[in-house]
Parts: sequence; C-alpha cells; structure tokens
Amino acid sequence: MGAATETFYSVIRRQGITRRSFHKFCSLTATSLGLGPLAASRIANALETKPRVPVIWMHGLECTCCSESFIRSAHPLVKDAVLSMISLDYDDTIMAAAGHQAEAILEETRAKHKGQYILAVEGNPPLNEGGMFCIDGGKPFVEKLKMMAEDAMAIIAWGACASWGCVQAAKPNPTQATPIDKVIANKPIIKVPGCPPIAEVMTGVVTFIITFGKLPELDRQGRPKMFYSQRIHDKCYRRPHFDAGQFVEEWDDEAARKGYCLYKMGCKGPTTYNACSTVRWNGGVSFPIQSGHGCIGCSEDGFWDKGSFYDRLTNIKQFGIEKNADQIGMVAAGAVGAAVAAHAAVTAVKRLAGKREDAHHTS
Amino acid sequence: MMDVAARPAEAEPDLSAIAADAAGEHGVGRPAVYVYEAPVRICHWVNAFSIIVLMVTGYLIGTPLPSVEGEASANFVMGYIRFAHFAAGQVLAVFFLARILWAFVGNHHSRQIFYLPVHRKHFWKEVLHEIRWYAFLEHEPKMYVGHNPLARTAMFTGFTLFVAFMIVTGFALYSEGADIDSWQHKLFGWVFAIWPNSQDVHTWHHLGMWALVAFVMVHIYAAVREDIMSRQSIISSMISGERHSATEKLE
Ligand code: HEM
Ligand code: HEM
Ligand code: SF4
Ligand code: SF4
Repeated sequence: MGAATETFYSVIRRQGITRRSFHKFCSLTATSLGLGPLAASRIANALETKPRVPVIWMHGLECTCCSESFIRSAHPLVKDAVLSMISLDYDDTIMAAAGHQAEAILEETRAKHKGQYILAVEGNPPLNEGGMFCIDGGKPFVEKLKMMAEDAMAIIAWGACASWGCVQAAKPNPTQATPIDKVIANKPIIKVPGCPPIAEVMTGVVTFIITFGKLPELDRQGRPKMFYSQRIHDKCYRRPHFDAGQFVEEWDDEAARKGYCLYKMGCKGPTTYNACSTVRWNGGVSFPIQSGHGCIGCSEDGFWDKGSFYDRLTNIKQFGIEKNADQIGMVAAGAVGAAVAAHAAVTAVKRLAGKREDAHHTS
Repeated sequence: MMDVAARPAEAEPDLSAIAADAAGEHGVGRPAVYVYEAPVRICHWVNAFSIIVLMVTGYLIGTPLPSVEGEASANFVMGYIRFAHFAAGQVLAVFFLARILWAFVGNHHSRQIFYLPVHRKHFWKEVLHEIRWYAFLEHEPKMYVGHNPLARTAMFTGFTLFVAFMIVTGFALYSEGADIDSWQHKLFGWVFAIWPNSQDVHTWHHLGMWALVAFVMVHIYAAVREDIMSRQSIISSMISGERHSATEKLE
C-alpha cells in the first residue's frame, strides 16, 4: 500500500482536486472548528506534510445513518478525499475489498500502524449470548472491536449508537446493545453523538484529529466541546418567541404558521447538546426546528426511552404506571392535602369529644 | 380551663427529663424561652418567600402560560418568569447557606434541622411517641422547646435535604444556559455525570417541586395544629422568636 508515508494532500491531488479547493476546505474547516484565522494555514500545512493518519471504520449494530450523513457532507472534498482516505484502509460498508481480503487489511493496519491509527466505530456491540447478535466476519463484533481497539491511538464513537446505545438499546434491550465506552476502558474515546451526527461535525472532528494528531478538547461526557458545548435552544432562531412567551399550541394553529417556539409541542432543544441550530443540515439548508418540528433530542443519552417526542415532560415508569412529573406530583400533593384535611377533621372531632368528656368529669 | 392545667401537671416532670435527654434541651421551666434567634427567623421567611416564588415560576416554566399577542420583541413573559425563578433561586441559595453557617454559631435549636441523633435510642422512642400522638393513639403531647423529634425528622428530610437537592439541580440547570466555563458549571456540572441527559435533571427538579409542595402543606398544617393542640406558641415564635407555653404560665 505504501500509504504510511503518503500525505493527505498527495492523495487528494492524485484524485484531481485543485489546490484552490484544498485551501477552501482548510478555511471552511478552520471556521467550523471555531479556530482563529491562522488555523487554516496550519491545517493546510499539516495536511501537506504530515503522513496521513490511517482510519479504520467499523460497523456494529447500527442503521448506517452515520455513514449516510458523512457522505453527504457539504464540501465535495470531504466526500471525495476524506472519505476515500478513510476507506483506503477499511470501511466494510463502502470499500471495494471484501471477505478475507478485507479482513486482512485490519490485521495489516494493526501491525503496521500500531498505536497510530484511529478507530472509528459506527454502531455498538450487543453483549448478550456471547455477542452472537452481531456477527461480523465470522466473529462476534465485540471481539473484533476489542481487538482493533487494543492498538488504536484513539477511538471515535460515531452517533447515538456508539455513544449511548440508541434504539437497539431501548428497554428491555434484548440483545444488550452496549455503548462502546462501557466495553473499552483503556483508550481515549471521543463521542460524536446524534442520530446521525451532522456531516460537517463528523468531518470537522476527523480533520481536527488528523491535522493536530490529538483529540479535540472534550466535555464532561466525552463530546468535542467545539460542537457540543451549547444546546439547540441556546442558538435557536425561534428563541425570541420562547422568551416572549409565544408558543405553538397545535400543529396547525396560527402560531405554527408564524413560526413560534415549539416548546409546548415537546421540543427537546432546551436539553439537547448539538450543533444543529448553528451548522444546520444538508449543507446549511435547514434543520428540524426550521422545518417546523421540535428537536427530538437525538444526540442525548436515552432519548429513545423518555416517552413521547411530543411531550416536554419525561414519562416516569418507576411508579408502576406511566405518568409525567406533574401527574405524579399533583396526585401526591392531592393525597397529602386530603390526608391533612382528614387529620384536621379527626383532630377537631377528638377535641370536641374530649372537651365534652372533661366537662363530664368535672361536674 | 381546668383541663388545661390538670393534664400536663403529671406529664411535666418526666417530660423535661426526656426532652433534656433527647438533644441536650434545657428544661421548660421558664414561661418564655428564646428559641429562634433573629437570623433563623429572617432566613426562614426569606426562604419561605423564595420557595413560594420558585414553585409558582417553576410550574410556569414547566407549563407556560397561553401565548401572548404581538411581536416577539415587544414581549418578555417567559423571560421575566425565568428571571424571577433564577433570582429567587439565588436568594434561596444564599439564605440557605447563611442558615447553615448560623447553625455553627447560633443556639442549639438552630442546629436541630441539620442532623438527626439517629444513634440515640431515646430519639427513636420519641419519634414513635410523636407518630402515635399524630395518629390519635396517644393522649398527651410531649413538649419540646425546639422541634419535637418527628417534626425534626420531617424537617431534616423535607426541607434540609430537599431544598439542598433543589439548589444543586437548579444550579446545574442554570449552568447549561450560563456556559460550560461558568462557575455554576464548575461547581454543579457533576450533576450531569449522574444524569447525562439534562432532561432527567429537569424531571427530578420538577418532581422535587411537588415533594416540597407536599411538605409545605404538612409543615403549615403541623405548625397551626401544634399551636392549638399542644398549647405552645409555634406560629408567633417564628415571628418573635419566643416560645410560650400555656401550661407553664399556669404554674
Ligand atoms: C404558618 C406559617 C409557618 C410557620 C409558623 C413556620 C414555622 C417554622 C419553624 C418553627 C421552623 C423551624 C426552624 C428551625 O428549626 O430552624 C420552620 C422551618 C422551615 N420552614 Fe416554616 N413555617 C411557616 C411557613 C413556611 C412556608 C410557607 C415555607 C415555605 C414555602 C416554610 C419553609 C420552611 C423551611 C424551608 C424551613 C427549614 C429551614 C429554616 O429553618 O429556615 N415555612 N418553619
Ligand atoms: C424550592 C426550590 C425550587 C423549585 C420548587 C423549583 C421548581 C422548578 C420547576 C418546576 C422547574 C421546571 C422544570 C421543567 O419542567 O423543566 C424549574 C426549572 C428550573 N429551575 Fe428551579 N426550582 C427551585 C429552585 C431552583 C434554584 C435554586 C435554581 C438555581 C438558580 C433553579 C433553577 C432552575 C432552572 C435553571 C430551571 C430551568 C429553566 C428552563 O429550562 O428554562 N431552580 N424549577
Ligand atoms: S423551538 Fe425548541 S429549541 Fe427553539 S427556542 Fe423553542 S424550545 Fe428552544
Ligand atoms: S434538532 Fe435535535 S433531534 Fe434534530 S438532528 Fe438536531 S439534535 Fe437531533
């Protein structure tokens, strides 16, 4: 292959991409990463001179929406260059090699680039029945994952599946689908949640890592701060309607036509960390709220198990029946109120009876 | 009036002994005892007021009012409600902290609601006695200068722990808007290590409100009832600080 000594730049030039487009890509990426004006040239320089970082992209239990998102990245360079660079090594869904030939690439990368390659994981391993619910190349996926993780430099957990478990981990989770940070403990893991994550976010993360040779700064939950440090709600263009107190109450009401805030329709923007309200989707065309639908919180832990997408309050199942906080609270407060009233009544009766008795004694 | 004087006369001696034993209370021999010092009372009423504001505004954050008319730029309904909530939240936090600090310098009544002498047998015996008294199984209430042990247990869980919980989760939620680098996030961001999805923190914060609503109802009922039934001043003692007992006056 000889890929180890090749640079990113030489790969894309060979694919016929102009130097001009290359620089455009660098500035675009620098901007989306929130880096200063000098960063674009630093990125360009790194991509021109540093040997490219090999990436292995593996698929566990998933729906491939992350890959679908990735290949729809706005900038053509991403699709053509970043992706082909990655698939050069291994991505079983879109690479040309198959069967033993494909599996051999894994072994080769592991041996040749020990401790230097990035392991990007889409989907997660199911652990039940010894991992038999996801067989990949004749072996449980979890074994393959552990094997490749061992010699990786770092791991990227693509999407809600790899980061949190997603719908295949929904209760009662029959296959015991498990997010990868619960399976691999001794490697740095960067979570890029979303169902799927935004293409520009994905390429931004990859570019950052291959440019600087290290992981971007992560938040408490292991997500890159540059894309996940603010909620949809913090940068939502409907926020003025929220602050004003103007809400859509029904899907087809006047407020919906006027583009009021979707809070009452169950919008999860106030509890969801993602870049949709700034980066948007499909090359910045739109994002769910702009299209009139609330955020469903697809980049958040457990979003699939929190009740209806159209209720703002979470369903609570611990109390036997499915109810939300207000329903439980009002019943509890009502019960306490009734108990207080009953207690007061008994007290009053007792007191009256006691008085009468005492009056009897003294007379 | 006869019955009033007659009953506690026999209960009196063993009562003060037990009371003294329970938490090092002094006897109840004096007609008026200074129980709640000024800082305790000030903190109480400031906190009570803040909690009421927090409940009303908190509920309206969870279930906003019907939409207002006009331009968004001309209205700030949700903004004001949230502002009131956050302001009252900060006030509550400051006065709750002040109240804790006072527990270190104030009289021993001021410490009562911050810990429970769970290792003492007597304490549990008295809790049981109070439960029986409230269940109408006991004829005589015991008198305490400070809280009776059941009330103390209820105060500790109902207010001290729950209010602390509301402050912690409240500031964690606040840190989300404040920024990831804010002091609120540095101090309270660990809440999201327990509940990675902030939706859960909202849910618990919301449930906490209902728990407090229930406690406030019981709290006020118990205060009023105790004032009448045990012939001790409860309500006015939270205003003046002094506790009077009808029985003692008669001695
Ligand atoms: C009839 C009205 C009320 C009376 C007579 C009353 C009386 C008392 C008393 C005697 C204490 C014990 C203080 C201590 O041991 O340190 C107390 C504590 C407390 N009360 Fe009330 N209360 C009343 C209303 C309220 C209301 C409406 C609220 C809240 C909405 C409230 C919240 C609290 C809290 C949070 C504590 C514990 C912390 C502290 O001492 O400040 N109270 N109350
Ligand atoms: C007794 C105390 C408190 C009560 C009863 C209370 C009640 C509530 C309720 C019911 C909500 C709505 C939750 C939801 O449905 O999403 C809420 C939200 C909130 N509370 Fe509190 N709260 C209290 C104390 C605090 C404190 C001390 C703070 C800290 C400053 C605070 C900050 C917040 C924040 C930031 C929100 C979210 C607002 C938003 O999403 O727009 N709360 N509170
Ligand atoms: S639509 Fe959703 S994200 Fe936007 S302001 Fe309303 S609640 Fe927040
Ligand atoms: S708006 Fe919310 S649900 Fe939609 S893609 Fe973004 S994070 Fe996911």
